[in-house]
Amino acid sequence: MPKAPAGTLYRGREGMWSWVAHRITGVLVFFFLFAHVLDTALVRVSPSSYNEVIEVYKSPIVNLLEVGLVAAVLFHALNGIRIILIDFWESGPKYQKQMLYIELVLFVVLLVPAAYRMLLHTAETLFGSAT
Amino acid sequence: MATAAAPSGRGAPELVAPELVAPRSPQRRTKPGAAKVRSNFELYAWVFMRISGLLLFFLVLGHLFIMNILDGGVQRVNFGFVAGRWASPFWRLWDLVMLLLAELHGTNGLRTVINDYAERAQTRFWLKMLLYTSAFLVVTLGTLVIFTFDPDL
Ligand code: HEM
Repeated sequence: MPKAPAGTLYRGREGMWSWVAHRITGVLVFFFLFAHVLDTALVRVSPSSYNEVIEVYKSPIVNLLEVGLVAAVLFHALNGIRIILIDFWESGPKYQKQMLYIELVLFVVLLVPAAYRMLLHTAETLFGSAT
Repeated sequence: MATAAAPSGRGAPELVAPELVAPRSPQRRTKPGAAKVRSNFELYAWVFMRISGLLLFFLVLGHLFIMNILDGGVQRVNFGFVAGRWASPFWRLWDLVMLLLAELHGTNGLRTVINDYAERAQTRFWLKMLLYTSAFLVVTLGTLVIFTFDPDL
């Protein structure tokens, strides 16, 4: 019996983990979309019921969860572009690993200021604006 | 087609590489009543995931930026804010296209996930029925809300 390969191009490497993360974030965002369409539908019921449910999004804990959602969407979106490039760009498969590292840099560079701004808005509502 | 003598002896090493059918290429029915007729559905689904993904990149990230980061972020969102935005056909169209593309893209994505993990035919069937029912509900409700929104409610 041939023994299992010590490592392959794919298994346990960048390609596999980015696929795992793409799948998890995709499913997560899909479930959020379900809830989000339902809560937004309250604009058709009454202004007060809509305002009430939106208050939930403004609370610190849920706002923190929203930062997580933004992170999930951002990863999925950037990685989706990488998948498209792997499929359609002739050198895509060759540079899939490099593209993942570029993607992760972009992810951090975009997420940090976004998370900062989101949490700042919420902190200002809680404690009042610093200016 | 190979015209040279193909290895024929039993147990003889196969010298001619087998002709492999490209993955996902549809197989046409040759004889009436032979196999099930295949369609190009999976190919179109694959293409749709990429086109919708590209559009969603701008629609969804733009939406998250406007709603959570610009100006006061989510803290400024309320009924009046929605009424102000949806007074413009541009934002209604944006939200409608985003809703339809995201729901279809996500539903097709989940169909793939179900096909990957649910092994019993019955389980697959019912999970997909649940998925398609929820997708129908979300698309219908969301579209209705965008079209019938009343700012004077
Ligand atoms: C923001 C821009 C987005 C881009 C660029 C994008 C791109 C992609 C791509 C290229 C695929 C792979 C399809 C395949 O392998 O055939 C995919 C899968 C998927 N996407 Fe998206 N997508 C985006 C947004 C979304 C949203 C908003 C949702 C949820 C509603 C979502 C849910 C999914 C799911 C569930 C999968 C299947 C994952 C899997 O099979 O492992 N995506 N996406």
